[in-house]
Amino acid sequence: MPGTLRRTLSILDFALASLLRRKGRNAALLAVYTLVVFVTASLVFFTQAVKREAHQVLADAPGLVVQRTLAGRQDLVPLAWADWVRGLRGVRSVRPRWWGYYYDGAFGANFTVQASEEAALPAGSARIGAGAARILRVKEGDLITLRGHDNLPLLLTVQGILSSDSELVASDLLLLPKEDFQTLFGLPPDQATDLAVDVANPRELPTLAAKIAERYPEARPILHSEILRTYDAIFDWRGGLLVAVLMIAVLCFAIFAWDRAAGLSAEERREIGILKSIGWETSDVLLLKLLEGLAVSLTAFLTGCVLAYGHVFLFSAPLFEGALKGWSVLYPRYRLVPVVDGYQLSLLFLLAVVPYTAATLIPGWRAATVDPDAAMRS
Amino acid sequence: MIQQPGVLALLAASALVAAFLALAAGFGLRILRRWDLRSGSDLQLALERETYLVSTLVAFALAAEVVSLFLFVFTADGLHGRFAGAMCAAGTLNAAPGGYATLLLKVADCLLAGVWLVLNHADTRGYDYPLIRVKYALLLVLAPLVWVEAFLAFRYFTGLKAEVITSCCGSLFSQGQGGLAGDLAAWPERTAMAVLAAVLAALFVAGGVFLRTRRGAYAFGLLSGLAFLAGAGSLVSFVSVYIYELPTHHCPFCFIQAEYGHVGYLLYGTLLGGGIAGLGTGALTPFRHRASLAAALPALQRRLVLAALLCFGLFALVVAYRVGTSSLRLGP
Amino acid sequence: MIEVANVTKTYHAGRPNAYTAVDGVSLAVERGKLTVLKGPSGSGKTTLLSLVGCMARPSSGRIHLRGVRTAGLPVPEADGALEITSLPERFLTEIRRATFGFIFQHFNLIKGVSTLENVMLPAYPLGGDPAALRRRAGELLERFGLSRHAREPIDRLSGGEMQRVAIARALVNDPAVIIADEPTAHLDSHLSEAFMALMGTFKEGGRTLLIASHDPLVYDSPLVDATHELRDGRLCAKAPA
Repeated sequence: MPGTLRRTLSILDFALASLLRRKGRNAALLAVYTLVVFVTASLVFFTQAVKREAHQVLADAPGLVVQRTLAGRQDLVPLAWADWVRGLRGVRSVRPRWWGYYYDGAFGANFTVQASEEAALPAGSARIGAGAARILRVKEGDLITLRGHDNLPLLLTVQGILSSDSELVASDLLLLPKEDFQTLFGLPPDQATDLAVDVANPRELPTLAAKIAERYPEARPILHSEILRTYDAIFDWRGGLLVAVLMIAVLCFAIFAWDRAAGLSAEERREIGILKSIGWETSDVLLLKLLEGLAVSLTAFLTGCVLAYGHVFLFSAPLFEGALKGWSVLYPRYRLVPVVDGYQLSLLFLLAVVPYTAATLIPGWRAATVDPDAAMRS
Repeated sequence: MIQQPGVLALLAASALVAAFLALAAGFGLRILRRWDLRSGSDLQLALERETYLVSTLVAFALAAEVVSLFLFVFTADGLHGRFAGAMCAAGTLNAAPGGYATLLLKVADCLLAGVWLVLNHADTRGYDYPLIRVKYALLLVLAPLVWVEAFLAFRYFTGLKAEVITSCCGSLFSQGQGGLAGDLAAWPERTAMAVLAAVLAALFVAGGVFLRTRRGAYAFGLLSGLAFLAGAGSLVSFVSVYIYELPTHHCPFCFIQAEYGHVGYLLYGTLLGGGIAGLGTGALTPFRHRASLAAALPALQRRLVLAALLCFGLFALVVAYRVGTSSLRLGP
Repeated sequence: MIEVANVTKTYHAGRPNAYTAVDGVSLAVERGKLTVLKGPSGSGKTTLLSLVGCMARPSSGRIHLRGVRTAGLPVPEADGALEITSLPERFLTEIRRATFGFIFQHFNLIKGVSTLENVMLPAYPLGGDPAALRRRAGELLERFGLSRHAREPIDRLSGGEMQRVAIARALVNDPAVIIADEPTAHLDSHLSEAFMALMGTFKEGGRTLLIASHDPLVYDSPLVDATHELRDGRLCAKAPA
């Protein structure tokens, strides 16, 4: 055993030295390899972190949201429904919610407006999200002007700006008191936008949803789990698209690596011939090639992952924002919670290191099986 | 199909491994047909060079399969949210036909590839390629298995459609269910513990006998296989329960995750390592009388037996530790 | 010690560019003696050297070795000879590493690598104690007066110095047989004579020597015990020593 270890270490020593002897040729390969790992890792870290963020943020969402559809589009929910649902067994609370979208032509921004029944929010004031504050260029204490449904201006004082922790879901949010909300949108008094239902036992949710749908055929009950599933699906789908495209880049990289490994310089060929002539066996040279490849892979993998970590978790992935967050004027500014797990690492390994190793396997073998007496004959 | 990065990577990896093993099998066939050690012709020299390529390809396949085995479980776990009723990887694997089959076949492929590499190592120690026919015959068994696995994986992933109501691991691995998982879970804990302890004890006895007298290698190999199965089964039937400290949670996948200290890696790693080493010992035994192996084989088998005992011993220790220090106390 | 029986080596057999380098050669290399292979270039000397030195497998014919360490190898035949013709590369290389030291015509040193490391390279795959290896290599360098170049890359050495490094490297595994291919091709007369004197000391030390050369300084040397002449891959009549 110690003999095998010593042999591996000696050959590793030689492998590293020979990589350094050909810095120029290896530098290009290393740079491309690192880039491939960087882009793939950024993508993987980003999608995973955003998904996790969405899960956490939605953890407090109601278990069931009841909407109403009219001719297939969302319509307002009668408050009478809330009373009926409250009567169902297992339902802990039913909260009517009032919210909508407000488009501000001057700033070209679409805000989400929600009515709040908190006492802490007096009439004539509002709490707004950080993104909204940035777009409207206001801070605490300033006035914002909205156009009400009767086309008259509605003035509101900014009471506070929602904390940056909630940016992902609340960036474009305007929280208004109920009366001001009514002034803004003019909803009929006995209707709400939707109902938020909380239950004692989450396993009952599908049954409850079924009951509601049966009683009110035009109702659309949306389960919490369905929202999460949809978020996951969207991120996965977008991530999957990007990975599919990335695979083409990985394929090109693999071809480049194969070409580089197969097209050994005359000097490299000579060296291997010499090694075989002085007593290195094919498996020794294969080990040499393997260790060279591992050294390159490890360096590229670590560097790429570290850079990607910084890119995603320190700088919020400026290179990917467009593709993955959808287009909008209001980009939330947030710091993702760093999360790197076994799934991501094994995924990156399969997407980057395995193709490189596969591409260099056969050229490496070809180089290693040169005849020992070839060096004598030349 | 669910177009998720993990899924795409797994399918690509399966295809790559299948392609490499097809290549290896092609070389293997050629070697089987035209091998003639006494000849010094160019063909024979080329064939001897190709043996190196085949072993490199199989080693690569093993490494890729182990990584993709873990990724497979992680991906399944990550997808559980899409399927109503799935609480973790177990539910996802049930959501389309072939999920469990793919997993089990992956494990079998890892074991077989590992045993192949053990045989290959022994073959290189003999001065006349003593195991060459055996090796390449085994390769012609391994390669189709890998192709079937790739096909099953493809079928499984393309068959995954979200919103399918599936059974979560709670009901899949619960006492009431039929099927192997349910049966394993339904065993009373004491019986399952006794079975595992008995098999491991027998294994250690056989190992001791072999190390002292160089006899009983077949028994050791057989017991290693049994220990692998018993270990895997015990993970479902009682170890999981003690790790999660929940009498009804029998899922064998959840304890790979961070919240349980990644103990799954250690448990599955030692099982796999021990299985390969032990089965390899048994696989080498029919050839111990070949002249060219007479020098090297005993030492090699000795090392393998020690490795297997170490792995299974570590497995037993970790299980004992987690069961012993768990806050859960089960009644008789 | 080394018996070559009717060996033939054909490259690219069955193809239009097939070329028979060695054709039906049989000879014996005696232990402790200096044997010379002489003949013009292209006569197959180099190929024969590689066959004798376990570097290549003959297309046909048999090669036997005596007095070779046999761990893990087949039991030698009744007269103590080990047939090596059909051994797998791994075993052949092991024998070669332990038994033969090669000095190549073009030195075959690795550029960019230090002198000391060049000497140590043949022993890397053996997995022995690295400190002992380093010491042994250092002693060899000192013996040949190269210690001051130990850490320099060999690119900076002169031709004569490079050959001494090649000789040191050939000795690092303490081989029983030294094989040299046209060793005096790049040396002037003075250095050539020094080289032959060195070969003499090796012979006195009990090593077997096999040299291929068409330099009269080599094959006419009084140290030579046996000469074999090759022409077009075949042996000519054996010349008297």
